[in-house]
Amino acid sequence: MPVNDRTNVPALTVSGVSKVYHVRGRDRKTVAAVNDVSFTVAPGAAVGLVGASGSGKSTLAKMITGSERPTGGEITFGEVAVGRLRAGGLRRYHHQVQMVFQDPYGALNPLHTVEYTVMRPVQNFLGLSAAHARERVAELLETVGLTPASQFAPKLPHQLSGGQRQRVLIARALGSDPELIVADEPVSMLDVSLRAGVLKLLAELRRQRGLSLLYITHDLLSARLVTDEILVLNSGQVVERGPTKQVLQHPQHGYTIQLLDAVANPFVASRGGLGGSAPHDSAAQAGSPANGRGSK
Amino acid sequence: MTILTAVPPPEAPGTAAPVPTGTAQAIPGPLRFIGRALRTLWSNGKARTGIIVLGLIIVVAIFAPLLAPHSPSATSFTPYKGPSGTNLLGTTGNGQDVFSQLIYGSRISLIVGVLAGAAATFVAVTLGLITGYRPGVVDEVLGFITNLVLVIPGIPLMIILAAYLQGRSVWTIVLVVAFTSWATGARVIRSQTSTLRTREFVTSAVFSGERLLRVVFREILPNMTSLVAASFFAAATAAVLAEASLEFLGLGNPATVSWGTILYAAQQQNALLTGQWAMVLAPGLAIVLLMVSFTLINFGVDALSNPRLREK
Amino acid sequence: MALLEARGVNVAYEPNRGQRIWSVRDVDVVLEQGEFVGLVGESGCGKTTLGYALTRMLPPPARLTGGSIVFDGVDIASLSGEQLRRQRRNGFALVLQSGMNALNPVRSIGKQFGDVLKAHARPGDDVSGEGIRRRGAELLESVRLDGGVLSRFPHELSGGMRQRVSIALALALQPRMIVFDEPTTALDVIVQQAVIQTIKDLQAERGFTAVLISHDLGVVLEATDRVMVMYAGRIVEDQPARVMAHGRHHPYTEALLSCYGDPRADVVEIGGIPGSPPDLSQPNRGCSFAPRCPVAEDICRSADPPLSALAPGRAACHVRARAGQVEMEASHAG
Repeated sequence: MPVNDRTNVPALTVSGVSKVYHVRGRDRKTVAAVNDVSFTVAPGAAVGLVGASGSGKSTLAKMITGSERPTGGEITFGEVAVGRLRAGGLRRYHHQVQMVFQDPYGALNPLHTVEYTVMRPVQNFLGLSAAHARERVAELLETVGLTPASQFAPKLPHQLSGGQRQRVLIARALGSDPELIVADEPVSMLDVSLRAGVLKLLAELRRQRGLSLLYITHDLLSARLVTDEILVLNSGQVVERGPTKQVLQHPQHGYTIQLLDAVANPFVASRGGLGGSAPHDSAAQAGSPANGRGSK
Repeated sequence: MTILTAVPPPEAPGTAAPVPTGTAQAIPGPLRFIGRALRTLWSNGKARTGIIVLGLIIVVAIFAPLLAPHSPSATSFTPYKGPSGTNLLGTTGNGQDVFSQLIYGSRISLIVGVLAGAAATFVAVTLGLITGYRPGVVDEVLGFITNLVLVIPGIPLMIILAAYLQGRSVWTIVLVVAFTSWATGARVIRSQTSTLRTREFVTSAVFSGERLLRVVFREILPNMTSLVAASFFAAATAAVLAEASLEFLGLGNPATVSWGTILYAAQQQNALLTGQWAMVLAPGLAIVLLMVSFTLINFGVDALSNPRLREK
Repeated sequence: MALLEARGVNVAYEPNRGQRIWSVRDVDVVLEQGEFVGLVGESGCGKTTLGYALTRMLPPPARLTGGSIVFDGVDIASLSGEQLRRQRRNGFALVLQSGMNALNPVRSIGKQFGDVLKAHARPGDDVSGEGIRRRGAELLESVRLDGGVLSRFPHELSGGMRQRVSIALALALQPRMIVFDEPTTALDVIVQQAVIQTIKDLQAERGFTAVLISHDLGVVLEATDRVMVMYAGRIVEDQPARVMAHGRHHPYTEALLSCYGDPRADVVEIGGIPGSPPDLSQPNRGCSFAPRCPVAEDICRSADPPLSALAPGRAACHVRARAGQVEMEASHAG
């Protein structure tokens, strides 16, 4: 059972949200990056937004974190109307809603130490003195597995491996003691051998702190590992949704099936199967234990 | 639905690159930065040469009274003489020692070069940051003004301004030069700012609750140090030449002694006809030497913004 | 005679004075005509460097510091300049990772085909406008693109289309070998599959030797016949693709396999490999993987294991080699 030492954690509600761009130029047209999407992230839940590039998931993430405004519909976090926030309100919003970015190389200022990067949200949002903030940073670094903290605190990003950088990003996101974390493809730029560690960390943090998690990815495997519920997006619309395991084992929509087939699984592949080129029988696939090592 | 790892999650302390052992907390940040900057520059061959040459010129400027054999303005020598024992570079038409003038002249060229360069860079950085970070009305207006100034030819503008301004002093020159050279730097800094603005670490800083000024000055600007430094050295180089040009054209104060005024006098007194080749060559060479030293240092400035090279 | 026989390939580069990094150490590779080989490994293992070294495309400051690379009987390791260029013409080609970004943004696709065909034209080749258009359309068709693409510019095409154009350009000179450096990494997962299928089909049709470099074991196993796994600059395993998912392998390969899983399974577990790869600027003693290996023994820390037989292929592991030996002896005895 999740240890939820929080009461009144708000829910994120996305209702009928759209983002329409008007393309100027030779061919005037309107492009709907997001089209009438609705869902809720309940307190403590982990929801996945799954889709390929161009599906609208990144645009949705930007709207949810306040970086862009929806052109239609509404996003609320508890009582806060996210779509209408301005500078000051946005800052306060980030106290509660944080983001873990995709690119561990680009999301860290190359000139700032780990300690500085993680300390800023702690100081800005929790108002701690420098000394207390440092202690807090050390705790956070330990929490994300960068131990001993004193060794990692003075390091610069280029001295860290990809996995370590991503952990720093997670520590930074935790710095404000948020209620919801939006993780945008947090492991897709990491080597496969490093992913399990980071995913396990996210799952742990969710359990320990009662965080809600919005997990955005194109990778169905990591979505399966981290989320309870997923929404499949295609061209800005939700084409399928439901409990993660169920959707992946019994996909209904053609696009979901296509995505599942495209997952390059070494165990399926090496038996000569090339998913997608042959007609796929999802009913036969579902319910039977997957082949090869690593699953029961 | 569990995730299994072969061994507990914490990653072994990085076996990546070697780590600098601890940072000395005793020395304040900015000084440490300058110390590191100098060390990085020194490690680059071209920059080192530039630093040495610039250093020599600075020493000459500071110790001018000790180094110059005579007073630069004393008209006690036989005029129109070529190089000799007492007057290493000959004398001017007014009987002044060219060598002493050359030595004292280094002061003006350095001061104007550095001050005008710094002023131009300051304006360029301020405007560049503002226009680059916030696209909008302000950006459009300031951008337009920048382009306007950029399009106007520099020297004619300087001539007009210098001729128009009543007081003829070093400060006039500094102002005029700074006023006409900020535009290029502003454009360059604007484009770099607008590129950096979209980098994820800037977004990350905003998410960390950083306010506008802090984002601009603590996140973006530090990643542009080499650009700012390069702009400064470029501006200073141009300023040295601009100052000499203005003096040469007689728009400065002929009473001040600078490399430009020596050339002005040489022109007025037909130095080449009277065989005073040193009076023409020496200040010219000195100007070039100063400009080249700035440029050489610029070669090494690139390393400043790259933390990988900083460790050395 | 094998198409490519590379022995003792070593690549080093010096990022700063006094620091030398060995990104490829003592690699031997033998490729037959028509083979489809995968080169797999994680960041920093040297697979891309090896691919570039084999096609003599190493950008300075990386340098090939030793070894021979005999391509079709000619040691290209010792060639340079014009001689090398001529060897490229009918030898080998490289498709870059950002194959999309390797296209010149200000020239139309047709013009870029023209550039390649004209630069390496042989007497008798038709390099008139018409000839180039014809050849270009043929090549585009072979990668499942419409001839109309010739008049377009790179920015008008999608990522997948650009990657196909790069492949078509590589085919233009009918090379005997093509090295694909992470051709699908920057692509959508669905487009990825289509591009890999295209590469597979082309390889089957035309019979060129293909080397597919990727960090994704799944993609490699799907496409290739033979897989080489790299770690810390060395090849640690070399097996036919069909046996990779089962049986005993190099502990690194096994660990890598455990990082994958089927999202449809009832219970999904994936593994990770703790620690980090070794610092390639330091000379290594013993097996590079030993510090992270679950079955490492003393010998592993003192002696670097050579690539030895591990049926049906090879692996560089003391423990596996010994086990393989025992099995063989047991089967002989029994």
